Amino acid sequence: MSDITKQSLTELVESIKNKKLSSSEVTKAFIERSEKSKVLNAYITEDFTSALDKAKKFDQKPNLDLKLPGIPMAIKDLFCTKNVKTTAGSKILNNFVPTYESTVTENIWNEGAILLGKLNCDEFAMGSSNETSFFGNVQNPIDKDLVPGGSSGGSASAVAGQLTPITIGTDTGGSIRQPASFTGTVGLKPTYGSCSRYGIVAFASSLDQAGPMAQNVKDCALLQEVISSFDLKDSTSIDFKRSNYSKELTNNIKGKKIGIPKEYRVDGMPKEIEDLWQKGIEYLRDCGAEIINISLPHTSYALPTYYIVAPAEASSNLARYDGVKYGYRANGENLIDMYEKTRSEGFGAEVQRRIMIGTYVLSSGYYDAYYLKAQKVRRLIKNDFDEAYKKVDAILTPSTPSSAFKIGEKSNDPISMYLNDIFTVPVNLAGLPGISIPAGHDSKGYPLGLQIIGKAFDEQNILNIAFAIEEKIKFKNKINDWWIK
Amino acid sequence: MSIDLKTIKHISKLSRISIDEQRAKKLVGDLNSIFDFIEKLNELKTENVKPLTSIAETTLKLRSDEVKSKNIREQIIKNSPKDNEDYFVVPKVIE
Repeated sequence: MSDITKQSLTELVESIKNKKLSSSEVTKAFIERSEKSKVLNAYITEDFTSALDKAKKFDQKPNLDLKLPGIPMAIKDLFCTKNVKTTAGSKILNNFVPTYESTVTENIWNEGAILLGKLNCDEFAMGSSNETSFFGNVQNPIDKDLVPGGSSGGSASAVAGQLTPITIGTDTGGSIRQPASFTGTVGLKPTYGSCSRYGIVAFASSLDQAGPMAQNVKDCALLQEVISSFDLKDSTSIDFKRSNYSKELTNNIKGKKIGIPKEYRVDGMPKEIEDLWQKGIEYLRDCGAEIINISLPHTSYALPTYYIVAPAEASSNLARYDGVKYGYRANGENLIDMYEKTRSEGFGAEVQRRIMIGTYVLSSGYYDAYYLKAQKVRRLIKNDFDEAYKKVDAILTPSTPSSAFKIGEKSNDPISMYLNDIFTVPVNLAGLPGISIPAGHDSKGYPLGLQIIGKAFDEQNILNIAFAIEEKIKFKNKINDWWIK
Repeated sequence: MSIDLKTIKHISKLSRISIDEQRAKKLVGDLNSIFDFIEKLNELKTENVKPLTSIAETTLKLRSDEVKSKNIREQIIKNSPKDNEDYFVVPKVIE
C-alpha cells in the first residue's frame, strides 16, 4: 500500500488509466496514510467515508478520459465545498457548511478528482507558519516541531508527507510559495485573474490567487491547467488563451533570458541561500539560458506596501463576519454588543491585529497618508517589473530568506514573521505568476527553494524553466516518516 | 508618529471588536512597531504617481440581468446562527 502514496500524481493518473490501480485502491492508500499521520495535524476536516464511496462509484463506471480520473485530493480549508464544513482556520467559521462550491474546486471534481478532506491553514490565510490557525499548529514532515510555513501549511505538510498526491493552496503574499519552499515541494502562484476567486474565503481581493502545490513540476502543470478558467462569477477573472501546461511542458529553455535582481541580495541572508541562488544561475546557464543582471529598485518597499494594502482589504472583507447571517455568534446585550463580542471571541489575535491596521489606514484623516500612498508605491513596484521584462523573459530569486523555523520561534514578533515573505510579496503586488521549486538543503538538512517569476499569463514559461532546473538538480526530499509509529 | 491607547480603543470601536485593557496595551506596542516599519514608504516621492487600484486592468464585463438562483431561501438561512424560519434574527434593536 505504501508504494501507492509514493507515486506522483502523473504516475497515479497513468496507473488508473492503464487499469493497474483502481480509484478505490488509491483512495484507500491515502486515507490509511492520513490516518497514521494525525500528529501532523494537516487536516481540519476529514471526508474519508464519502471519499471511499465516490471512489467505488468511479470504479463502477470509470471515465478514463478525464484529467484526474478517480484521484483523491485534500484541499486547503479556504475553498468553499458544498455540504462540507469550510472554516478558513477560524473559530468564527467553525460551524459553516457552504451550500455552494468554489469554481476552482468544481473544476477539479469535474475532471474526476475526489475530495479527501480540508487542510489546515493560518486563520483567514493570515500567517506564515500555520500558527494562527484556530485548529492548532501543523507539523512539517521534514522535522519534528518545525513549522511547515503558511498560510497553506496543512497543504504543504500533506503533499510533502504524502497524505494527498497533490493539493491546492492560496497565495496572497507568499502563502503557496513559502510553505512549498519550507517542505521541499513545488508551489505555483498563478497570474492574478487566472484562477477564479469565486467561493474562496476572501482575505485581500486584489492579491488573492489559488494555485497548485505538488511533488514535482509536471504534476503542478497538470493541476494548473485544470484549475485555471475564465469565470463570470469573478469580476476580476481574465479571459485569455490558456494552454495545456502539462502537455506543452519542455525542458528546452535555450536562449531564454533570465534576470537576476540585485535587490534580492538582502542583509543577513544566510550564505547557504546565496550559494543556492548561484547554483540555480549555473544550472540555467548549463541549460543554455542567458543570465542578465537586473534591478528592481523598489523591492524593499514591497513589504511595507503589502502591510497597508492587504490589511485594508482584509478589514473590509472581514466586516461580513458579524454573527448575523452565518458563523459564530456570541451573546450580547444589544446588537452592537453582539457584533463586538462575536468578533472579539471569533477572531484570533493576528486577524484582529490586521483588521485594526486596515481599519486605521482607511479611517478618516489617514487614508491619503497610508492607503493612497501604498497604492502609488504599488504602481512603482509594478513598473519595476514592466521595465525588467523589456530585457528578460523571467526572473530567478530565492523563495525565502531562511529555511523553516521552529514552532514558536517567531510567533511573538509580527515583523520578523512578516519578513518571511520579503521575496514573494512583490509578485502578488504586481499580479505576476511565481513558482517555488525545491533546489537544495541547508546544513540542518532542511529544504530551500528557488523562485521563478514570470510575465503576466506566462505560466508556461516559468513552468518550463522550473522543469529544466528540476531535471538538473534532482532534488530529493529527506523525509524519514518520523511521525509514523 | 505614534499610536496611543486612546487611538487603539477608537480603532477597536470602528472595527467592532471589543478588547480589554491588557489586550489594548499589547496592541499599542504591536501597531507602533508595524507602523514604524510602514513609515519607510515616506522615503519615496509619489506626487506624480497614479495609484494602482486594480492589477487586472480590464473593464467590467456586462451581462444580462437574469435570475439564475431561484428558491434558495432555505440555503441562505441554513447557516444562520439562530434557528430562523423566514428571516435572520438579531438582538432587539427597537424597544
